[in-house]
Amino acid sequence: MTFPPLTRSIRTRLFLQLAAISALLSVALFLVVRGLAETAAEATQDGILSASATSIADALRSEDGEITLDLPYSALSMLGTTNDDRVFYKVEVNGETLTGYDDLPAPTDAPTISRNTFATFDYRGDEVRMVSASRTVSAGGVPSNVLISVAQTRLGLAAISQRISAIATGVGLVFFLVATALSLLAARSALRPLKELTAAVTRRGPADLRPLAIQPPTELEPFVSALNTFIARLRASLLRSEDLIAEAAHRVRTPLATVRAKAEVTHRKLNKPEHRQTMREMIRAIDESSRSAGQLLDHAMVTFRTDSLATESIDMGELVRETVARLEPAADLKDATIRCTIPKQPPHFTGDRILLQSAIQNILDNAIKYSPDDSDIAVTLTAVDTLRLDVSDQGRGFGDTDTNTLKARFSRGANVDDIVGSGLGLTIADEVARAHGGTLAITRNEGAKGACVSLVFPLQ
Amino acid sequence: MRFLLIEDNANLASAVAERLQLDGHAVDHAGTLDDAESCIAAADYDLILLDIMLPDGDGRTFLQSHRRAAKSTPIIVTTARSEVSDRVSLLDLGADDYITKPFDFSELEARCRAVLRRRGGVAANRLTVANAVLDSTAGELQIDGVGQTLRNRELRLLEVFFTSPGQVFSKSYLLDRLFSFSEDVGENAIEVYVGRIRKRLEPSDAVIETVRGLGYRLVAKQ
Amino acid sequence: MRFACLPAAIIASLTFLNAAAAFEIEERATYAASNPQTELRIISTADRGVFEPILVAFQQKNPTVSIDYVIASTTELMKAVHEEGEVFDLVISSAMDLQTKLANDGFAQTYRSPATDALPDWAKWRDQVFAFTQEPAVLILSEKAFPTDDYPTSRDALIDLLRDQPDRFRGRVGTYDVRISGFGYMMATQDARVSENFWRLLEVMGRLDARLYCCSGAMLQDIRNGDLAIAYNVLGSYAQAQLADGGGYRIVLMSDFANIMLRTAVISSNAENVTDAQIMVDFLASLESRPDLVAASGLPAIDTDALQSNVALRPIRLGPGLLAFLDRLTRRNFLRNWEASITQE
Repeated sequence: MTFPPLTRSIRTRLFLQLAAISALLSVALFLVVRGLAETAAEATQDGILSASATSIADALRSEDGEITLDLPYSALSMLGTTNDDRVFYKVEVNGETLTGYDDLPAPTDAPTISRNTFATFDYRGDEVRMVSASRTVSAGGVPSNVLISVAQTRLGLAAISQRISAIATGVGLVFFLVATALSLLAARSALRPLKELTAAVTRRGPADLRPLAIQPPTELEPFVSALNTFIARLRASLLRSEDLIAEAAHRVRTPLATVRAKAEVTHRKLNKPEHRQTMREMIRAIDESSRSAGQLLDHAMVTFRTDSLATESIDMGELVRETVARLEPAADLKDATIRCTIPKQPPHFTGDRILLQSAIQNILDNAIKYSPDDSDIAVTLTAVDTLRLDVSDQGRGFGDTDTNTLKARFSRGANVDDIVGSGLGLTIADEVARAHGGTLAITRNEGAKGACVSLVFPLQ
Repeated sequence: MRFLLIEDNANLASAVAERLQLDGHAVDHAGTLDDAESCIAAADYDLILLDIMLPDGDGRTFLQSHRRAAKSTPIIVTTARSEVSDRVSLLDLGADDYITKPFDFSELEARCRAVLRRRGGVAANRLTVANAVLDSTAGELQIDGVGQTLRNRELRLLEVFFTSPGQVFSKSYLLDRLFSFSEDVGENAIEVYVGRIRKRLEPSDAVIETVRGLGYRLVAKQ
Repeated sequence: MRFACLPAAIIASLTFLNAAAAFEIEERATYAASNPQTELRIISTADRGVFEPILVAFQQKNPTVSIDYVIASTTELMKAVHEEGEVFDLVISSAMDLQTKLANDGFAQTYRSPATDALPDWAKWRDQVFAFTQEPAVLILSEKAFPTDDYPTSRDALIDLLRDQPDRFRGRVGTYDVRISGFGYMMATQDARVSENFWRLLEVMGRLDARLYCCSGAMLQDIRNGDLAIAYNVLGSYAQAQLADGGGYRIVLMSDFANIMLRTAVISSNAENVTDAQIMVDFLASLESRPDLVAASGLPAIDTDALQSNVALRPIRLGPGLLAFLDRLTRRNFLRNWEASITQE
């Protein structure tokens, strides 16, 4: 299933859904708050109107056979306590207006003694709410039906309603904003396990194929378990591959070693120069194939490791010294001397130790191979502005070959046909340098013989 | 020198042993770790050549138990693998050095020499002709107690002559001993090195003679 | 409410009957602007002499407004605006109840401005009725009858005094005839609403053959010429203004309570010049900031501080409660009771 780019993010989708729900809830909250408050306000007005009508009704009395009334001041003043609305009233006796506003309409729903009725209508240019109450008063021994109506405009109510709407809008808005902010947090927090899982996987070194040990939320358990199964399969497969490669190398190299040893013995025993020459060529062919195989494996390893670079702190001086020590016997065979210059406190460098050693070894190996007898190879480590390892020899240099093409795979100098090599050495060194954010520089030694190959890394 | 060669491939083992014997070394061969343990128990070796893949176990376990037993015999591992990571772990496990199969015997010899020199403590391997003494372990030529430090090729050339005084060595033989198969050099390169060791021997009673048409030999002055 | 009902000469000389007006005009004055552009028509119960300083000051600030100032009694004013639909821009009256009824019955326009917002809540209603003066009802005592400091300052004391010395005050006590005076009726109903003492006082006064007056001026006249010793519920601001003209009486602010009348302005719903009416309302609402006009007109401006410093002062509340006493049945019953008390029939 594919989603447009915006909604492919679970977080965005989660957030949008939560925000949409918040918005709906906010609107609902707004409506409920306003509805309740308006009902309450209307009930309040109705209550005051009823109290007013009751107060008037209670003031009814009979005098000289006539029903009369002293309108209580409080009956009308109470209506002015909460707002400035206009007030109208009418008292009717048996349908005849006793006092008040003659034109105030009669209630459509006639009240009884026990029940007041309410009506809302337009009167004198404003909407009014009217309460009607009914009483029976005896005047001159004759019971008369008295209808009391008290009406009030609803401007105050409208103002209250407006205020409540504003408050409800505010409440809704604040609710929406808070809920949205919380949605954002919720979305983020809901996805934190995913982030942690990602970090746990990303943090791993290239060789770390242990199952994930983190305790995922229930929902992610199937995923983590699937991932662990996959890792286990991958590890098994890699182990098989590694074993296979090791086995293959063993199977190929052991017979080659046998052949080479026998060839050397034979070479020693032969007397005729042409036979000896043939044997020599055989041995060189064996060397070449084994060397190529070795560098191909090295190169594959470099490619694999640079994909997910291990980061450990490395003492570069120590690393250079070790590698030089390892190659010294080879240099000795040619009476070549490796002169090492390493600052007393070389900076620690963060990177992949195995890759760096491989790069240095390949460069040194090249330098030894191409160095003439009795020559010096200068290995200089410096840490000024950049971390720089120069390996300078007094060999034949690279001739006219473009130094850039030397870094390409299987590319060799134009003047090396007589020396065994695969052309992968500098490629490996170059790839390692770039994986660490550095470069491989190849320069001709000015005014002297030979070339200088340098690994240059930014200081960390 | 006395080598213990631990190698399961009999063909390779015999070829390596024959090749080492050509240079005058004694070689015992063990095909399994069990054999190797019995050999070590029976004799002292100057150096052990250990193949890492063996039928009855991994060479690494041998390395570890050997080091745990605090045995001082240096071990050079021969491996068919070439990955750097593998080499590093071998050194960490206690190997003195390693060499990738197939190997150049001159390189093997150089590494053995380097390992022994690093280790020290091994009895000096001294060869004497007249008043000249060659200490190949120290890489030194002593004449009347005065030592000269030799360069690698000078040492190796002198070793050839000091091992068999009076024997005539042809230029091509010496060439094989001095240069690897990857180096293309003419026979006259030998003359340069013979010239150098003659100079070294000048204060002594030993001298390199030219045997016309055949080669060179080391003799004591009459 | 009128300040005076006597100056018939002025009425005769100034009353030119408006052909369309069935209501009775007491006086009409036109204040032509120096540069007339608009005309503001005011119907008012306030005497020209009282109100002229305010009108002149207004015109100084608004020199393009001519003012047509028509004076009528509270009842006639009500008749003109409420019943006959006469066109006036501004209605100014001391009859708070009638002004309230005008607003309640839809004869007023709503208006809000910073000036009206500054008025205290009790000084306005519906943003339609705006009070601009606060004038207490007071007790007037003749100096001849009360030469010393021994005089009543509360209704109880007054009742006791009248009861104790009926012969001294018989025929010498005066108050409004609430049947003909709107102001008197309003003050009497407020008295009755606030205190039962009112009816007792009325009965005592009735027994002493109290004299009834149409207006404050006549009462003060009789105080001055010695016919009256006590005049009850006289408009304080008027008595204060008249004190300078000869004097001879003492103004007593009752200590139990003193009702305060608010003079109010209403913009008529059928006003033709609403703008100027609004400017006038603002002008009146900020009367407190013009002590010169307060002094010249004798009209005390709205002053909350004064009310707070004397708790006996009770401004009559604007609002629907005032409508109760306008109810014709209630009024009839009240007047019947009043007559029964005062005439002792």
